[in-house]
Amino acid sequence: MTKYISLTINHFILSIGLLIMIVPIWIIFASSTHSSLFINTNGLQFFLGDNFIDNYSRVLFKQSGFFNEITALKMFFNSFVMATGIATLSVITSLMAAYGLVYFKVKYATFIFWLIFITLLVPLELRIMPSYIVMSKLNLVNTFAGLILPISASAIATFFFRQFYKSIPDELLEAAKLDGTNSLRFFIDFLIPLSKTMIAAVFIFMFVFGYNQYLWPLIMTTSEQYWTVVMGLKTMYGSISDRFAFVIMSMIPPVIIIIFLQKLFIQGIFQNK
Amino acid sequence: MSFLELQNITKIYPNGTKAVNETSLNIENGEFVVFVGPSGCGKSTLLRMIAGLEDITNGEISLDGNVINKIDPSERDVAMVFQNYALYPHMSVFNNMAYGLKNRGISKEEINNKVNDVAKLLEIDQLLTRKPSMLSGGQRQRVAMGRAIVRNPKIFLFDEPLSNLDAKLRNQMRLEIKRLQRQMGVTSIFVTHDQTEAMTLGDRIVVINNGVVEQVGTPKEIYSKPNTKFVAEFIGSPQMNLFNCKIENGIAHIADMKINLNNSTNVDDAILGIRPDDILISDNGQHTCVANLVEYLGSDMIIYSKIGDQEFSCKLSSKKNLNAGDTFKFDISGTLVHLFDNTTGSRV
Repeated sequence: MTKYISLTINHFILSIGLLIMIVPIWIIFASSTHSSLFINTNGLQFFLGDNFIDNYSRVLFKQSGFFNEITALKMFFNSFVMATGIATLSVITSLMAAYGLVYFKVKYATFIFWLIFITLLVPLELRIMPSYIVMSKLNLVNTFAGLILPISASAIATFFFRQFYKSIPDELLEAAKLDGTNSLRFFIDFLIPLSKTMIAAVFIFMFVFGYNQYLWPLIMTTSEQYWTVVMGLKTMYGSISDRFAFVIMSMIPPVIIIIFLQKLFIQGIFQNK
Repeated sequence: MSFLELQNITKIYPNGTKAVNETSLNIENGEFVVFVGPSGCGKSTLLRMIAGLEDITNGEISLDGNVINKIDPSERDVAMVFQNYALYPHMSVFNNMAYGLKNRGISKEEINNKVNDVAKLLEIDQLLTRKPSMLSGGQRQRVAMGRAIVRNPKIFLFDEPLSNLDAKLRNQMRLEIKRLQRQMGVTSIFVTHDQTEAMTLGDRIVVINNGVVEQVGTPKEIYSKPNTKFVAEFIGSPQMNLFNCKIENGIAHIADMKINLNNSTNVDDAILGIRPDDILISDNGQHTCVANLVEYLGSDMIIYSKIGDQEFSCKLSSKKNLNAGDTFKFDISGTLVHLFDNTTGSRV
């Protein structure tokens, strides 16, 4: 009986939290399916209207930006490329950095690791001018490479992988050595499969991090062709329902990534083995 | 020339600890040798040097006629069973066993045959698709053995592989390891701190203490003629009784007890050792003592008592009737005792 009561209370609290989070999003979604005229006269809506297809297709394909050179669809593409690029490169570089730091007999490995870790104190916003100068000297302004490279090494991800590798017993490496493996094979056959769940977690974090970038793409791009969704949110002009539709759509890519990697992601965060 | 030769092997760790000191040892093809000693005595280090997992500070190891000091572990053709098994957690039992063969470029068909044969031998053929996390301790142990056997190496190295098993399973696996070793005839080295394991498994036993080999010999030799006080104490259960004594003209004096050794030795500071089961308890014994404590073990019992201020134990069939507090009479025969010099610890 007490179990039943505490279960009810738990669910009650969870439901309130859920409502607090979901209701504003629902109101934006519901409003985005009405015409602008209707919202302007009747305020925000709680129930669905009948302009869903009209509004969303208009937003996706309408030329927008200062010079009308880009569509929302292109912005989604740009954001997707940038976020995927950053996530993929972060995973690769931090996996390999951690491997080097833990398994190779590097002198001062701990010192080097703390040097890497200390870069957390220097976020992109602090080094934005030097980073811009480097990128522009490399002729990478207005390219995806320019958007991705300066933020594709992650100290925190290196830290995660390093701690994980340190928890792997030495005997595993020794047994593998006796089984005739070399450094590269050990990395591919053992460390990557063993850190699968961590890779998923890091990928999601870095994808969302990349997707949310605002200042850096704003500085790195002069052509509207490279605008991202977050930049579009700021500068998207049009009617109120169009903007609502754009906001709703901007949430979809991270949600999709999380849904696909959710199972691995949760295992990765709570990994205790 | 022996199959495996260790010549003056020394291991000094970077922090200056000397783990193994000037150890030389010859092991013949097909032999089952057990390294035994207390924890931290250097026995595992020695094994790991043979495997190539530990650098050798000084000395030379040769296997089958080739010096292997600088040869990579993967090319030494040795297989090792680790204490915690070190199974590959993300691979199935089949792949755990097949991994080493794959790395050697053996064809898929041959790998299949070999793994299946060994799995049958070890009775794990039902488990081939499982992951190690789904196996019990005993099954993991078998897989670890299988992984070593399937490669058909020149030499097997066992690093305390039974210490994570419960007592019953340990006895069972011990017999099985012995049986498999006999059947395959592969040279094996087994490291343990358990003297029972050492006595039952080994063709020869190497007793190691503080990085130094104390004695090498068959279990019988080691038990019946220990070279040093350390070996005498370490091998045999219950432990050998050691008495501080003075020997004058072949008579050992322990407190007010005299034991005739039937020779004419003179040692001022000696240690006299006698195994608990070599003390003869009988109603017409020369010496009398009080049993302070009696430990009942089923077929036998162990009696703890004192001569002067020195404690000792003796073993007695539990058919006899003796309780704590009773007095008993016993004899110590001069032919059954072991004498050691107390300063050097070596046999007199």
